[in-house]
Amino acid sequence: MSTLNLAQVRVGDTLPPLTVAPINRTTLALFAGASNDHNAIHIDLDFARRAGMPDVFAHGMLSMAYLARLLTLWVDQRQLRQLGARFVGITHLGHQITCAGKVVEKFESDGEQRLRLEIQTTNQYGDTKVLGDAVVAVVALSL
Amino acid sequence: MIDKQFIGKVLPGFQVAAEAAQLRFFAKATGETNPVYLDESAARDAGYPGLPLPPTFLFSLEIQQPASGWRQEMGIQPARILHGEQSFTYHRMAHAGDVLRFESRIADIYDKKGGALDFVVRETRVTNQRGEHVADLRSVLVQRNA
Repeated sequence: MSTLNLAQVRVGDTLPPLTVAPINRTTLALFAGASNDHNAIHIDLDFARRAGMPDVFAHGMLSMAYLARLLTLWVDQRQLRQLGARFVGITHLGHQITCAGKVVEKFESDGEQRLRLEIQTTNQYGDTKVLGDAVVAVVALSL
Repeated sequence: MIDKQFIGKVLPGFQVAAEAAQLRFFAKATGETNPVYLDESAARDAGYPGLPLPPTFLFSLEIQQPASGWRQEMGIQPARILHGEQSFTYHRMAHAGDVLRFESRIADIYDKKGGALDFVVRETRVTNQRGEHVADLRSVLVQRNA
């Protein structure tokens, strides 16, 4: 895990993107169990249809977990200060999600140099599904 | 419409242990490959006392809140809700074996589109077994009324 050097990171820099396997029913069943989110709309087709949806669809928190992986592939988790997401579109079965991030600000807070990032997920058709932001400390302190 | 009188409502606090087996399951389900999240010895080599909770896993603990009667009380209908937003502010790491305490309140309720959509904002403070502040969570649930 590399430690970020402020001198090397600039506003406008992008993170190496992360593309994950297309969403299928197994993905959602496993994530339901692993994440403790058993909302039937993500695992039960009949329930989803009764709720007016064409099919089950991905948990927003699955997309957010992928965004967290994007960040922890880039910095040590101990440097992560904030992570936020807005679920702006539904991630359907068959969508292949790519997570992307960009440094948008350098600032100082709580005695630390920090970077603010814009992050997002996009499917294979270029539709944005999750918009978020994150703050990371440039030098890891023991969190 | 969800009654705005519930703004400020304090939800029942609870505590829950973070378990290594569940963390490994979560890592598998999210396609994690970094051994720090999968293998105890790799975590220790990286300076963690145990498997670290990945950044969004606190939500998976929060969702285990045993008393969910407040949703019914507020008139929230599970088939009509969507997760609109989620954020985490981190103060310190949590690891497998930690016992985390969750204390939540309804921070805001508002509607849009003439009441077609209700928004419920919940804020949660997480502390560990030593009373240390681990994180703050903020969730926005959207209920479709139309």
